[in-house]
Amino acid sequence: MTPELFIQYLFAGITYGIIYAIVAIGFNIIYNTTGIINFAQGEFVMLGGMIAITMNAFMPMTLAIMVAVLITMVVGALIEMVFIRWLESPSVLRMIIITIGISILAREVALHIWGESVRALPYFIGNEVTSVSILGARISPQVLWVIGVCSLMVAGLSLFFKFTSLGREMRACAANRRAATLCGINTKNMVTLSFVLSAGIGAVAGCVMSPITYSDYSMGPNLAIKGFTVAILGGLGNSLAAVAAGLLLGIIEAFSVSVLPLAFQDAIATAILLLILFIRPHGLFGSSEAASLKEF
Amino acid sequence: MRRVLGSLLTVVISFCLVAGFSPVPTAKAENIKVGAILAVTGGASFLGGPEARTLEMMVEEINANGGVNGNKLELIIKDSGGNPEKAISFAKQLIEEDKVFAIIGPSTSGETMKIKNIAEEAQMILLSCAAAEVIVNPVAKYVFKTPQKDSDAVKKIYGTMKDLGISKIAVLTGNTGFGNAGKGQLENIAPEFGIEILASEVYDKQATDLSAIVAKLMANKDIQAVVNWSIVPAQGILAKNMRQAGWDVPLFQSHGFGNIKYVEAGGAAAEGIIFPAGRLLVAYSLPDDNPQKTLLVKYKVDYETKYPEDKVSTFGGHAYDALTILVAGIEQAGLDKEKVRDAIENLKELPGTAGIFNFSPEDHNGLDINSFEMLTVKDGKFAIYSK
Repeated sequence: MTPELFIQYLFAGITYGIIYAIVAIGFNIIYNTTGIINFAQGEFVMLGGMIAITMNAFMPMTLAIMVAVLITMVVGALIEMVFIRWLESPSVLRMIIITIGISILAREVALHIWGESVRALPYFIGNEVTSVSILGARISPQVLWVIGVCSLMVAGLSLFFKFTSLGREMRACAANRRAATLCGINTKNMVTLSFVLSAGIGAVAGCVMSPITYSDYSMGPNLAIKGFTVAILGGLGNSLAAVAAGLLLGIIEAFSVSVLPLAFQDAIATAILLLILFIRPHGLFGSSEAASLKEF
Repeated sequence: MRRVLGSLLTVVISFCLVAGFSPVPTAKAENIKVGAILAVTGGASFLGGPEARTLEMMVEEINANGGVNGNKLELIIKDSGGNPEKAISFAKQLIEEDKVFAIIGPSTSGETMKIKNIAEEAQMILLSCAAAEVIVNPVAKYVFKTPQKDSDAVKKIYGTMKDLGISKIAVLTGNTGFGNAGKGQLENIAPEFGIEILASEVYDKQATDLSAIVAKLMANKDIQAVVNWSIVPAQGILAKNMRQAGWDVPLFQSHGFGNIKYVEAGGAAAEGIIFPAGRLLVAYSLPDDNPQKTLLVKYKVDYETKYPEDKVSTFGGHAYDALTILVAGIEQAGLDKEKVRDAIENLKELPGTAGIFNFSPEDHNGLDINSFEMLTVKDGKFAIYSK
């Protein structure tokens, strides 16, 4: 393998990986405050992209993306308030079924609004054929945008959870919801906030990746499966581990084509998911003791 | 109460899960019932969407003009979502419950192959809008198809390659019925044209990035051209990934590329893509004496006037042809299914959007290689390809 080819695979892998990681982080934020997996996470990514594309017809792209992210965050909040908030100690299974329902609903609504066709935001810099040369490999500048924006989001989120009181309150909910309530934290609001946050980061990812992968109403479930794999691989609830796991999966997928037929690329993610569930259900970076204390 | 509400909600959601949101069948004055199984939603919706819209438009026009031999048409569209299992149950429903006169569709080859035998056993005329040759080869008595043969598309592509002096190629296909059938044809016909396939890869129909595989293929310096065979957005993604990587060998696509939306989505990367297609996409550029021209221009204008947000595509054209053929059959033979089938089998020189149809008992497609034109993308538009 030539060094150029290596770099080319590496960047392809990092691009997939960071997108998976963002979806996985969306899963984790909600998992941490509610203990459930929100299977509508992929739909947030779809909504972000689709709304931005629509808005882009009326306003400059930067503004369109900001509006799209805001709208998606509002949608996230509404979803939580309408479907989740009023449930009294719902079972995990029931909540999961609800999120699957929400995901289907969101897709159908998107289908009615935007139709079945595939759309894309224009490239942020250059066009479809522009590329920059990095160590002999040629990379679309949009790939650098995806990597840059997503890395910034990860860094921002880590800081938010570590240093702001709101972030600490959310972590308190994650650690022990009853204790958090006793400390005067409004846990219900924290749950809403977690939906808003994951909708927001999903939407941002949906916008930056749209020029590369296109957006259409049905893109959600595929992303959700990959994101779920990554979240499990890293250990549910751990966002930094999700980044590592995402990059790992992306890079494995990219390099797999050099030895395996392309058709197996998606099977790899599923195979890894199954392996992890059998061998290390608490994830590569999680601890089995902590996992055994959780309900799900 | 809340729990009751909650479980109700779950029931409603699971109901939506199972039922999807299939469009309500359009009820018209009862007369000739025409069933249609189309992938209006789902991954193949860019086939089924235009097909459904085309049929609705045509039926409206035919009925406004007094119907067929004075009988109004009643169109029953079932949305299969591209799912073969659903196509099977809709086919049974249309045959047993709705007792339709004939069925148009399904949109995809995979679905059509699943219901080929069902139609045959029920002696139901099936006019498929899907491309794979296996639909009519071997011939089934009641099964016809309107898109051109994929073997002819392959021959047209290989012929063009020969003209360009290309003999070593890479083949990429989507993992759909259409992609698999095309892969088979590409591999079978290659030796006939002295073409060597150096690499053949299959990607998932929902693939969103192909840069890794492009990097792999590009490393093989012997590859002179790439053929991509699919009906999914990956057609545009492949073009982008190739051009971004600085790989400038010619990119050939199948007749599945005949939708201007792919060109729009591919942007600058779509420039120069070469593919075979029916003449619908270049209707205005045809010489005036072309027997298809009047019909093509009329369909294009009608469709784009009625659906201003959509552009005409060859896929809608396949449904146009299917209904045109059925109507021609009924006009000749009346309301006897058997006679209509015989009439369709003997239709000659019938202009459609895909070409001039000449059916026979051995040929239930009725189109030959001349129904294809090699097209290319120039300044974001389709144009007739010339070397």
